[in-house]
Amino acid sequence: MTGNNIQLDKNGNLKHFLSIEGLSQPLLHTILNYAVSFSTVDKRPVKKVPLLRGKTIANLFFEPSTRTRTTFELAAKRLSADILNLNISTSATTKGEILSDTLRTLEAMHCDMFVVRHSNSGAAHYIASQVAPHISVINAGDGRHEHPTQAMLDMFTIKQHKKDFAKLSVAIVGDILHSRVARSEIHALNMLGANEVRIIAPHTLIPKDIEKLGVHIYDDMNRGLQDVDVVVMLRLQRERMRGALLPSENEYFKRFGLTNERLKNTKKDAIVMHPGPINRGVEIDSDVADGKHSVILQQVSHGIAIRMAIMAMVMGQINKNENMEKKK
Amino acid sequence: MHISIENGRLLDPSNNFDQKQDIFIVDSKIVSFKKKPDGFKPDIVVDAKNKIVLPGLVDLCARLREPGLEKKGNFSSELYAANSSGITSVSVPPDTTPVIDTPAVVEFMHQRAREINRANVYPLGALTQKLKGEQLAEMYLLKEAGCVGISNALNAIENTEVLRRAFEYANSCDLTIFIYPEDQKITNNGVAHEGAISTRLGLPAIPETAETIAISRALLLIEQTNVRAHFCHLSSARGVQLIREARKQGIQVTADVSICNLHLTDMDIADYDSNCHVKPPLRSERDRMGLIEGIHDQTISAVCSDHQPHEANAKSAPFSLTEPGASTIEHLLPLMLHLVNRKEITLNQAIPLITSEPAKILGISKGAIEKNRNADLCIYDPKSNVNININNMLSAGKNTPFNGWELQGKVTHTLLNGEVVFSLD
Repeated sequence: MTGNNIQLDKNGNLKHFLSIEGLSQPLLHTILNYAVSFSTVDKRPVKKVPLLRGKTIANLFFEPSTRTRTTFELAAKRLSADILNLNISTSATTKGEILSDTLRTLEAMHCDMFVVRHSNSGAAHYIASQVAPHISVINAGDGRHEHPTQAMLDMFTIKQHKKDFAKLSVAIVGDILHSRVARSEIHALNMLGANEVRIIAPHTLIPKDIEKLGVHIYDDMNRGLQDVDVVVMLRLQRERMRGALLPSENEYFKRFGLTNERLKNTKKDAIVMHPGPINRGVEIDSDVADGKHSVILQQVSHGIAIRMAIMAMVMGQINKNENMEKKK
Repeated sequence: MHISIENGRLLDPSNNFDQKQDIFIVDSKIVSFKKKPDGFKPDIVVDAKNKIVLPGLVDLCARLREPGLEKKGNFSSELYAANSSGITSVSVPPDTTPVIDTPAVVEFMHQRAREINRANVYPLGALTQKLKGEQLAEMYLLKEAGCVGISNALNAIENTEVLRRAFEYANSCDLTIFIYPEDQKITNNGVAHEGAISTRLGLPAIPETAETIAISRALLLIEQTNVRAHFCHLSSARGVQLIREARKQGIQVTADVSICNLHLTDMDIADYDSNCHVKPPLRSERDRMGLIEGIHDQTISAVCSDHQPHEANAKSAPFSLTEPGASTIEHLLPLMLHLVNRKEITLNQAIPLITSEPAKILGISKGAIEKNRNADLCIYDPKSNVNININNMLSAGKNTPFNGWELQGKVTHTLLNGEVVFSLD
């Protein structure tokens, strides 16, 4: 990343959370460590902590989402914040309001944080560059660029099962070209020192020069899965079949679908992840999605703890508490 | 009106001209060099000591946004900005609103140019009606109305049969066609050069083949139809190579490059700088070097501003949703001189690229300093600084990717037909 890193304030604390790229290894570990303490909140009788009491968070979803939006909403509520859910695709922009006017309007409502999902790469960066200085922006997925909270919850999930990133081989399988999850995961795994990151896909779904991000490319599923510790399956959107990228679902599943048979190539204790929602029978067989290697539902629960940690950090709440504890 | 320009260094490589000489102007014409004509009493004396006097610059492609897009700029704002860079002749592509596909729009352009009186304006006519790539435009009538060439602007003609017939017909009208080479099916909504940067930023990518396939297809039809053709705004090293090979085989084609592509690469997009959203896209450093190489062996014979002023809103959005194009017209000369100062090209290479060569491509008698020609001149101070700052730009469009650059070579005077149209004083 060139230029100033707008994600950090002048003291190096997290101000916005826009991309994994540009964040240091210690910062990623800090997020993972805080998430551990937040992961016990939902086991308490009152599932709330007062860290963001009095803060207002706006979920700005310019693109539909259920899972990501609801986990952000739950995370905000467990931090005692007020949350507004706005599906902008169906309101302001269809009336011709330009994005910067939408932002001004929300600022006038005294929001403290925007959680943004948008179908265009760089949207979260753009919004972070436009908002008033007291507002923090969290990227909940921008186009094909990054989905950094998803990558962090995946790193959290991996850490629960595997002790040492340095020994891990990870295979990311599927539509790398259109995947913001893949880009964030590749940056996170490399920054955390993973031994090897592989991508497995037909060449029509691999963007040019992806190897410069630090991956090895495979177009054969069995060879690509050989002895890996973690398999990340990506969702294949059905509309990809309509263009010239792929011939059919059937052929894709035969070539790249994850089955128990194929899973035999991996290490015995390999885990299987998927950011959801799953297309059963397109990229993954039901037997695998529901099988003993699958940690797909754990990913969802971890998503809440990770998003709590990140929201508290960008609002400066964790850093302040730390200082208070030090003073004691 | 009598004007004398004294003590300056005259530089016009097209006439092998580089010496200290005074120029004497009576009304619109240069009447003499060196020797003051008998009875010449100057009304204005321009002291050009330590300055360089060039032919007025010829910009092969600039959008003045009239008619139809006045919120982005107008003849007055954009031609004044052009004058501040020494530009006195501007060729305008036909993608105005309405499109330049009728003599009436050509006449409107000429009338506005006369009213504003800051530059010679040369509209290019549309190759197809409304630039839709379907039906031929009235090329003969457009030529009669004063179009110096014909173009489909940024709109590719998908139908190869239409392209062939358009070339044939343009040839029968003795018109040069200006081709912006892009296969828009391959571009497919792309906004950045296909490579490590577009992959990292997740931006829909434009492969090099979007340019090279379009060049190859056009070259085969140019060879077949024998039309006089010019390729606009090359961006890739491979594209330059295709033109180089065609010229070696004797196909009469010329090519230009936009000033942005000579200075910037996809690296400059950094964190989604929408001012670097241009078409053709900024490509790799290897491509940029290929364009410079093309200048060295004269495969590329002109550099244009490809000026596209925008209102602020057009550039304020996530990268893919912004409008492509950069506001460059007022920095064309210092940006060219910057290539000289960085020793990428020589001064004698730089000047023809923005004066005599684009004039040749347009078939106009401009871009040279000659006796009895109209006095279109640019006088600049090679030592004075030009600090690019969006807050003091003259163009209505502040969308420059060069904000903060410190260059040299400020224009002090621009003359059009013997009238001072720009002066620093």
